[in-house]
Amino acid sequence: MRSAVSAPDYRNLTFAYARSPDQDAPRPARHPVVVVGGGPVGLTAAIDLARQGIPVLLLDEDDRLSTGSRAICFAKRTLEIFDRLGCGQRMVDKGVTWNLGKVFFRDEPVYSFNLQPDAGHQRPAFINLQQYVVEGYLLERAAEFANLEIRWKNRVTGVCQDDDGVTLEIATPEGDYRLRCDWLIAADGARSAIRGHIGQKSSGQTFRDRFLIADVRMTADLPTERWFWFDPPFHRGQSVLLHRQPDDIWRIDFQLGWDADPEIERDPERVIARVQALLGPDAAFELDWVSVYTFSCLRMDRFRHGRVLFAGDSAHGVSPFGARGANGGIQDADNLAWKLALVLRGLAPETLLDSYDGERIAAADENILNSTRSTDFITPKNEASLAFRDATLELARDCGFARRLVNSGRLSTPSTYRGSPLSSADTGPFSGAMEPGAPAADAPVRTAGRDAWLLRETGSGFTGLYFSPDAPPAETLRALRAAAGGALPLAILVLTPAGAQVPALDGMTVLEDAAGLAADRYDARPGTFYLLRPDQHVCARWRQFHGEAVQAALARATGQG
Amino acid sequence: MLTTELNIADPDGFYEALIGLHRDLTAEQSRLVNAKLVLLLANHVGDRTVLDEAMALARRGLVPSGEDRAMHAVA
Repeated sequence: MRSAVSAPDYRNLTFAYARSPDQDAPRPARHPVVVVGGGPVGLTAAIDLARQGIPVLLLDEDDRLSTGSRAICFAKRTLEIFDRLGCGQRMVDKGVTWNLGKVFFRDEPVYSFNLQPDAGHQRPAFINLQQYVVEGYLLERAAEFANLEIRWKNRVTGVCQDDDGVTLEIATPEGDYRLRCDWLIAADGARSAIRGHIGQKSSGQTFRDRFLIADVRMTADLPTERWFWFDPPFHRGQSVLLHRQPDDIWRIDFQLGWDADPEIERDPERVIARVQALLGPDAAFELDWVSVYTFSCLRMDRFRHGRVLFAGDSAHGVSPFGARGANGGIQDADNLAWKLALVLRGLAPETLLDSYDGERIAAADENILNSTRSTDFITPKNEASLAFRDATLELARDCGFARRLVNSGRLSTPSTYRGSPLSSADTGPFSGAMEPGAPAADAPVRTAGRDAWLLRETGSGFTGLYFSPDAPPAETLRALRAAAGGALPLAILVLTPAGAQVPALDGMTVLEDAAGLAADRYDARPGTFYLLRPDQHVCARWRQFHGEAVQAALARATGQG
Repeated sequence: MLTTELNIADPDGFYEALIGLHRDLTAEQSRLVNAKLVLLLANHVGDRTVLDEAMALARRGLVPSGEDRAMHAVA
């Protein structure tokens, strides 16, 4: 049992360097996959590969978790991915759940938004949780896999690839050694050393503005909402963002302007004065962490370079407005792991990895577009954009259209992989959001007499959702079982209306659509069949089940179509 | 399609009202009023094709001689 008292202080944990037999091997030892970087993205990729039976070696140049709370907002889709990895519930239990955002202009509220207006999803729109706690939980999950090894204080100093693999030069406290691997995942952050080693770069634009993060510890009677101020009386001419974290920590983000001196702004006295201006002179609080930062929107031209695959901040950078950095990176890992596992197991050609490049570059562009638009609103680049910003905020009080233009961050939602080569085109009419490429929607279900969630029943491999008004006829059952027994494992879920009383079916899971929301969200009719990828994105759907069509769609989804 | 032929009943009266809108305002106040006016009218028009045509026409012939506060970055 875990208790609050015995919970480790993830900020101050250090992990011992240990000598590996690889360092004494006469020839470089060979590993199927090496992941570089023990942040949320690297850990997600490593765990996802390990749970699919792939031996993984993770190298980290440091011996600690994230120094500050950094990426505190973890989105619904990220939590669903953590659920697949087996550590989502812990994150949600510890995190602060929020769905509501409020925007203020000067001292008046002008706009509020609910990121999850409809019920029937297991996970909230967002939780706030310190990055070092997320990393700590992921690390503890990683430790449960015998086929996942982590080496601390192992810094990659050279990368060289040929047709057969990648050779890594590694520096440790006890000298250098070399390794070979089939595939290298570079999750080594915005200043990726691997990117430099292979002569690549990430380019885009830097915004001329500076921001101050002040994490303060205090007991405050404020609602658990995201509050954003434009030009508030306590910080004139700039913006301020307030977020609640667990353990009575509050994140306050002050816009400082380009001319601010980062050294001076880090001075605790100065930070305390800024916080006091917001909270009032009598507020009791202490500083927990302070950081001054600038940001850029960048991306690499390609995320796959032969046997080297870039994921997270090494591949793309976004402004912080919208929480699209860590969330986007974790979705990179989500997209990559199943593809790489199939390639390594000989069940898919290497070219399947090109779809990682295509799908995640489109997603990165979507994240960069949204975060750039937010930044253009928050950090006006010239006098005209400042005038439009203030005009929008002033009109927002009385005019509905202007409220929709107010942009304090469009918060992270997963991309639909529209036009993906892994998707099969619809052959019948469908409406709603569950088009091929879309992230599968959740819904409350009942199975074997207990309440459950649709998404939690998926995601360990390819999954078929068969919507059936009652027990499927014997012929359909035979066809479903035949589909499930192909070269690629396919789990079959039979979704029935609530109260349909379908008996257990051998080799399949029967789910009652408890609130009818699955049928609604998937625009399902009796006989509708959806094929979901291991990362829970839709790749094909039909109004009627056809075994051959499903096999063709599976082939296509694994790069063999 | 954007209408570029006269579409206002009393053009001189409208022009007078437009100038009057800015009476005794500072340059900054005027910029704010103009921005609000653009936003209100743009939302009223709604048609994105028309708005794009109007924006292109408004900028036509200008040689940019200012500079936005952003920099090209490479990491």
